[in-house]
Amino acid sequence: MNEPAISIRNVTQRYEGSGASGAVLAIDEVSLDIRKGEFVCLLGPSGCGKSTLLNIIGGLFRPTSGTCTVAGRLVDGEPHPDQIAFVFQESTLFPWYTVIENFRIALKFKGIAKSEWDDRAMRALKSVGMASFAQSYPDQLSVGMRQRVNMARGICVETDILLMDEPFAALDEQTRMVLGEDLSQLLAATGKTIVFVTHSLAEAVFLSDRIVVMTARPGRIKTIIDVNEPHPRSPDFMLEPRFSELRNECYSLLRDEIRATVAAQRDPQGADA
Amino acid sequence: MTSERGTFGTRSVQFAFLAIAGGAWWFATETGSVSRLLLPPPASVYATLERLVQTSAFWSAVLVTLTTIAKAFSIALVVGILAGYLITRSKLAMDVIEPVISGLFTIPITLFFPMFILFFGIGSGSKVAYGATYAFFPIALNTIAAFSGLEERYLRAARSMGAGRWDTFRYILLPGAFPVLMTGLRIGFFICLASVLGGETISSVAGIGRNIALAAELMESARMFAWITFVVLSSVTLNLLVYSLETRLRSR
Repeated sequence: MNEPAISIRNVTQRYEGSGASGAVLAIDEVSLDIRKGEFVCLLGPSGCGKSTLLNIIGGLFRPTSGTCTVAGRLVDGEPHPDQIAFVFQESTLFPWYTVIENFRIALKFKGIAKSEWDDRAMRALKSVGMASFAQSYPDQLSVGMRQRVNMARGICVETDILLMDEPFAALDEQTRMVLGEDLSQLLAATGKTIVFVTHSLAEAVFLSDRIVVMTARPGRIKTIIDVNEPHPRSPDFMLEPRFSELRNECYSLLRDEIRATVAAQRDPQGADA
Repeated sequence: MTSERGTFGTRSVQFAFLAIAGGAWWFATETGSVSRLLLPPPASVYATLERLVQTSAFWSAVLVTLTTIAKAFSIALVVGILAGYLITRSKLAMDVIEPVISGLFTIPITLFFPMFILFFGIGSGSKVAYGATYAFFPIALNTIAAFSGLEERYLRAARSMGAGRWDTFRYILLPGAFPVLMTGLRIGFFICLASVLGGETISSVAGIGRNIALAAELMESARMFAWITFVVLSSVTLNLLVYSLETRLRSR
């Protein structure tokens, strides 16, 4: 096995709290290697630091200690837009730009030559079936359509790595499933490395090659589950007994952690949020 | 967004309202229910206005007022936007200065008008200072709202795409803040116009407001209303101009 796409070593993130709550340990000594072309889900209860970990990989946060390297380059609180693209929730499309302008601005920020902007944008839009909405404003689209566009915006910059921070959280169950299938197909076609944060069990099982189950705060890696199923995955995968088994396994692993989180929120002595 | 028909319907109602107000004015003077000395008939006001616009004194008064408004608004615009923007760059300034500005805006700044006269004299200087001070508040407050109201997620997305400081300002902060910023400028402009005219009416040596006050003192009500009509028509035209300018800039 050659060099991993993403290598996380002993990453710890501590927030200096204000007032009585004091400092918060969000992530505690996490180490993880992600192979090239792999789809990895970070799954955990809310507040377990999975988004924080994603932001550290993407260079948006600098970890308190530990290192993260992407293709051999150290990421130290500085984004690497040539290697890594983010897909956040659909609401991060800039509402003052049309769909195509949203792509142009992303390509401009990345430093792509102007002559390539529209070609790349249209190609990405076609891959999610949204080419005819290039001139629309995000407000004019449904939430599901916006998220297609948003995914395409992350794809059009053509990075090797895509980091997705609960991109489907605002969508309804059905739209979520359709977009999940699309993503699985796109992944198979492009061979990108994807790190995906979610708290949906079904989403994690359906999309991942590996599921990284995290503990309640402070976030540590509890277990890593392998899902041996080739991409692109069809909806039939969800009907297989193996799908339910994996989903149940995730749930039983998470249950204690979710309880711990809820208990911490309920008890004023233990609350740190 | 308003549809074509919606705009047409709204405009019809607005014109009908104007026509009714004009009709009531005409009716009141025609039937003699209001003294002609206090409220002259529309025809005589119109005749006075027609004569007035042919005099050079009229246009030099208009020029004085317009220059005063332009100076006052320019100062308020530059200082208001700059101060507003800088305040949003610091959490401390947001906590400390923003409440002070919004607090000051609630006191009637008219109370300080005599002070402006003392400081800057009876000429246009005091009106510039007064108009600029009054217009500063809505411009600064809306600038603060515009730049601090922008959601953090847009900035984070831009940063992840590799946007530098200037790119983030030019392509994210500025267009994101623009609608609210423009609202502040529009409110500021009309507050500036009202303050300058009001200031001229209270105490000045030249300008539209001075002429209105003078006509009132001399009981030349037709002349006074001619000036007022001119101001009303100009304000309506200006408002339409500003509105269309705003829509055009926004569609960029």
